[in-house]
Amino acid sequence: MDEEYDAVVLGTGLKECILSGMLSVSGKKVLHVDRNKYYGGESASITPLEDLFSKFKAPPPDENYGRGRDWNVDLIPKFLMANGLLVKLLIHTGVTRYLEFKSVEGSYVYKSGKISKVPIDQHEALSSDLMGLFEKRRFRNFLVWVQNMQEDDPKTWDGFDPYNNNMSALYNKFSLDKNTQDFTGHALALYRDDEYIGQSAINTIRRIKLYSDSLARYGKSPYLYPMYGLGELPQGFARLSAIYGGTYMLDKRIDEIVMKDGKVVGVRSGEEVAACKQVFCDPTYVPDKVKKVGQVIRCICLLDHPIPGTGDALSTQIIIPQKQVNRNSDIYVSLVSHTHQVAAKGWFIAMVSTTVETGNPETEIKPGLDLLGPIRQKFVSVSDYLEPTDDGLNSQVFISTSYDATTHFETTCLDVLDIFKRATGEEFDFKKVKHELGDEDQ
Amino acid sequence: MRNIRRPIRFRTKDNMANRGTAQRPNGQTQGKICQFKLVLLGESAVGKSSLVLRFVKGQFHEYQESTIGAAFLTQTVCLDDTTVKFEIWDTAGQERYHSLAPMYYRGAQAAIVVYDITNQDTFVRATTWVKELQRQASPNIVIALAGNKADLANKRVVECDEAQAYADENGLLFMETSAKTAMNVNDIFLAIAKKLPKNEQAGNGGSSGQGRRLAEAEGQKATAGNCCK
Repeated sequence: MDEEYDAVVLGTGLKECILSGMLSVSGKKVLHVDRNKYYGGESASITPLEDLFSKFKAPPPDENYGRGRDWNVDLIPKFLMANGLLVKLLIHTGVTRYLEFKSVEGSYVYKSGKISKVPIDQHEALSSDLMGLFEKRRFRNFLVWVQNMQEDDPKTWDGFDPYNNNMSALYNKFSLDKNTQDFTGHALALYRDDEYIGQSAINTIRRIKLYSDSLARYGKSPYLYPMYGLGELPQGFARLSAIYGGTYMLDKRIDEIVMKDGKVVGVRSGEEVAACKQVFCDPTYVPDKVKKVGQVIRCICLLDHPIPGTGDALSTQIIIPQKQVNRNSDIYVSLVSHTHQVAAKGWFIAMVSTTVETGNPETEIKPGLDLLGPIRQKFVSVSDYLEPTDDGLNSQVFISTSYDATTHFETTCLDVLDIFKRATGEEFDFKKVKHELGDEDQ
Repeated sequence: MRNIRRPIRFRTKDNMANRGTAQRPNGQTQGKICQFKLVLLGESAVGKSSLVLRFVKGQFHEYQESTIGAAFLTQTVCLDDTTVKFEIWDTAGQERYHSLAPMYYRGAQAAIVVYDITNQDTFVRATTWVKELQRQASPNIVIALAGNKADLANKRVVECDEAQAYADENGLLFMETSAKTAMNVNDIFLAIAKKLPKNEQAGNGGSSGQGRRLAEAEGQKATAGNCCK
């Protein structure tokens, strides 16, 4: 460890592993350390099942749960948007070669006490009970407009300036009712609350385009999920970093981030010091440089059946828009299962999560839990959502934010790209990596 | 933008990796193609990367950089009616501080555990890698033990009989090899190829045969189905 590095990365969560990979690829000498003896930090998938039970201080699982090793249980539930930033990163860095994915089978939205499938084509849209007949026609016109509009070509805007008008104005243009707005903003644009309605329409349009472009890639839903769980993602990026010369040390205690004149100069573990010019880390490594801005509740539920009313789907997502249950932020339910090699045969893992709004978070997720049918085992965690108080520009310590309650990785990637830009002064050039990877002569 | 510190990387495309050596060792035959994931394990500096470099490219470098990075290399071995294509994973140095990720073993159908015949510690370490494989990897994995640097027989400390006995007890293939002289290098891969099951489910290149890999070409629609079908 007593060496000189360009960068020391602390924690092997997904964000830190992507950063480590990006830095190594750009020629930096990287040391990547984790205090745990496993990869993934907060974004690990826990295996075997016994470790999950002991992590939550529950008595060991009985034999009904099958082989403990067949389980890989995510601590944070998320899916990948098939046309989203993380998929772009995976493809451009070649990390996709280490991974296999499955499409999530269906996406559902909660309306008036029951769930309905989010339609994925004309046929499903026509038979959907989400909207009345006339509303369906108006919604279709809206979608056609979104698909056809080009950001840089005002001729395609049909008289509506998406930059200088808010989303409320766009909804009015197509006379969409409150229920359709709810469905559009939360199940398609994937907003967690209703703030977007007052903001420039272009952001929502981009999100709806991302949704439909993602849907177009694989058909069943816009979401992908990796075989063996989300914990494979940080491992894949860590391997990328290692291939480009990054050094890995797990199970290594970090005692001090050594500063000199307000700037980082190294990282100390016991008597050893790794000298470095920059440090990248998750918020848990720098408690004095982060502030708590909220909390996220996540409840892992082990089921021996699919979620009722989803056509026995082996994977699914259900969005409960905030207004449907008188909240300010949506509740998310995700389901994965033995088909993804994350549970023993016949088993399902559901996760209910949301941003905490009250002093009693467990009651907040009840509408989600009620959708699941009988739950065999439940593990609840409430985590602080931490944000850095230091942008790193002077200290050269770059801190990621905690993982938020969103159901996909878009905000995760934006944080990573932002940190990369702050640290290197340049945007991460996706094309450059691709070029370098294609150039593998000695 | 070349950086001297950047490790050497191989071409990973099959046609590139096979350039000039595609016919080895038995010549091309018609028939089915099976693809297998093979992982290398062993202490640093025992010659894991050199063995692969010899097998895939027919090369040897006396002062090989400590970490040869490659996503994975591919090389084919031709048996009577079957072409066995190995997808060979190197540790990328992640074994050095015991930081190999579980992903590395995932779906591996074959492993070569390498030690250095001039270094007793590397043999002891090899036995712990074998235990690790028995614990972590798929139960049907074919494991070969390679006593490398056989060209340095005058400095030998690990006896061939001792290693053979250990291999027999644990059901491992065993050969002493030399990446430098090429002794037994093709042979050990060939022996593994022979021992691997060649039925439909088996030869799917380290994939679980159930998920899909994402399309590499951006802007194109991804093709559904398995990567190797």
